Amino acid sequence: MSNILESKNLAKSYGDFTAVKGITFDIKEGEIFSLLGPNGAGKTTTISMLSTLYAPTSGDATIGGHSVTKDPMAVKRVIGVVPQDLALYEDLTAKENLVFWGQMYGLGGKSLNSRVDEVLEQIGLTDKAKNRVKTYSGGMKRRVNIGVGLLHKPRLLFMDEPTVGIDPQSRRAILDTVKDLNKQGMTVLYTTHYMEEAAELSNRVGIIDHGELIALGTQDELTKQVGETETLTLHIGENEDPDALAKALNGVEGVQKADVTDHEVSVITADAKDILAAVVSKANERGIKIRSIDIREPNLEAVFLHLTGRALRD
Amino acid sequence: MTKLLLIGFKDLKLMFRDRAALILILLAPFLLTLGMGLVTGRFSGNSGSGISDIPIVIVNLDKASLGDALVEVFNSDDLAELVEPTLSDDPEAARRLVDEDEVTAAIIIPAGFTQSVIPQNGNNAANEEVKIEFYSNPSRPTSAGIIKAILDGFMSRLDEMRLSGMTSISQLIISGRISPQDANRAGEEMGARLQQAGDLSEATAIKLNASTSEGEAVEFDLLSYFAPSMALMFLMYTVSYGGRSILAEKAEGTLPRLLISPTNSLQVLGGKVFGIFLTGAAQMLILIGASTLFFQLRWGDPLSVLLLVLAAVFGATGWGMLITALARTPAQIGSVGSAVMLIFAMLGGSFVSLDNLPALVQTVGKITPNAWAMDGFTTLALGGPLSTLSTPLLALLTMGILLFLVSALLFGKKNLAQK
Repeated sequence: MSNILESKNLAKSYGDFTAVKGITFDIKEGEIFSLLGPNGAGKTTTISMLSTLYAPTSGDATIGGHSVTKDPMAVKRVIGVVPQDLALYEDLTAKENLVFWGQMYGLGGKSLNSRVDEVLEQIGLTDKAKNRVKTYSGGMKRRVNIGVGLLHKPRLLFMDEPTVGIDPQSRRAILDTVKDLNKQGMTVLYTTHYMEEAAELSNRVGIIDHGELIALGTQDELTKQVGETETLTLHIGENEDPDALAKALNGVEGVQKADVTDHEVSVITADAKDILAAVVSKANERGIKIRSIDIREPNLEAVFLHLTGRALRD
Repeated sequence: MTKLLLIGFKDLKLMFRDRAALILILLAPFLLTLGMGLVTGRFSGNSGSGISDIPIVIVNLDKASLGDALVEVFNSDDLAELVEPTLSDDPEAARRLVDEDEVTAAIIIPAGFTQSVIPQNGNNAANEEVKIEFYSNPSRPTSAGIIKAILDGFMSRLDEMRLSGMTSISQLIISGRISPQDANRAGEEMGARLQQAGDLSEATAIKLNASTSEGEAVEFDLLSYFAPSMALMFLMYTVSYGGRSILAEKAEGTLPRLLISPTNSLQVLGGKVFGIFLTGAAQMLILIGASTLFFQLRWGDPLSVLLLVLAAVFGATGWGMLITALARTPAQIGSVGSAVMLIFAMLGGSFVSLDNLPALVQTVGKITPNAWAMDGFTTLALGGPLSTLSTPLLALLTMGILLFLVSALLFGKKNLAQK
């Protein structure tokens, strides 16, 4: 497979602050590539440079053979962008939004109308196409936001954290949409701070932190970097204190790291079975009731923790 | 170019879907105009200016032909409903009546006024300028403005006559038909003939009963002043609101999204400016249409009105862009825009006719599109043809071009892509 995107030492600074510190990577035609990193890692700035919105301070990237610095207009025709925040006209209907944005991408006449109808069907909003966007739920707005990026059938689609702040059902629908688009041949650059999304979608993952690409490869390649660690996820009751449990577990022998994520306690260990009894015992000592326990193989969360010493969502 | 138009029309559509904005750009000026009409009695069945029986006092110390002619003008049948003049011999008492708000204005015709215009009995006193004093009540700006307009009409006709008389006598001397020694006598005879012909009293009607190109009489209607003044005031709101939408789109992410699409920044910014222009023009034309329909207001020649509207909107859009270029947030534009709207309305004569304001204010007021456009709309409402609009049109276009250039320089330093 040929590379549709090649980034070479791409960097962006604002005065003394360097948001992206010269990252180099490529994306192969037809793959889903995820940039995984916590908030503020430089994911959006990277996408903004690749989509020609911001000029890089140094370095360059080519997309479809066109330089983002020298031939931005040609790059714009190759890419589609789904921005992190909704970028829609809320007083226009979904259809009016799609028609307008289609026109901005040079579509017109019958091809525009048929393409708008296709996209409306794809995002499941044909029935509500004539309702103003401001009357939609958050998930529906997200779907329109994605639809706009698909109108001109881009070869490479940038999706910048498209599932932030939406309900699980809409999130599921978006992840399925990404997979469908990829099956249809669209290359996707997907940024997220959700390890699960990167794990589910990606052929390859780039882990970004503090503006640097600290790891790059397939999931297998990445998890091998951290050895054979496993993750115990402890689900506790709503009234329990996960921080207190994590603090207590960090002192247990065999626990490499205990961390709280969404009221769950994740424990990184070399062998989950060896520490399981000690973990349950420690929870009992603190009077914390564990509702269930998951044991997982080494994952991207562990990779991030291994590389940075911090949890992905710190 | 197509994308520029598409962005502009999209903004127009968005504006007309924003109820709050519609209230401010259409309903508010319409209701204020309606209110002005009610206050001035425009809708009480009086088909005239809405103001009648304006009390004035005339002090005629001249006691000669021109002084008498002016008194006659204010006592004429044409002005019987509009003006209620009383005569006095005491200038001080007349001024006191104005100060005490008993009358709108005092017109004091000084002794020797006729003599200063038409030298008689070989007395060559024409070089001494003797001025009629117009002493008005600042609390009655509109009716004082009307009386001033009548007086100005009389004076300008007088000037025309004096000029044509002097020219004629010069020609007679040059051609040798009369000797320089006979010039005074000829002047006296000419002046007397003109007075007898009644030209002066007829001429004064011009200000109130200007003729259209079809020769039809057009009455001066106060709403012809208030309707454009309110529309222009809220036009300034519209252009600042439009400018606000540029920064709002930047904050909401649609402007960066436009810049990511295969649309260059000039098309995006041009489209936004076009949208503001389009919205302003639509606002003005709707208000003009509504006032014509509901108030039977006569704005004048439609083509001239259209050109003036476009020029006024162009000038105002320039101001809107400058405010936008200087502001950092949509909220800043909102507050600065509202302040500019009110200041320009005051300086531009939206509340009080510029004629009634101090000379300094009149001069400063020329920086506003309101002042130039009001000048044009008043001229058109009085039946003025397109040719009389050259100065306001030129001023508004120049204003717009200059402001756009400055704004473009300032926008060049702004990062529109950064949210």
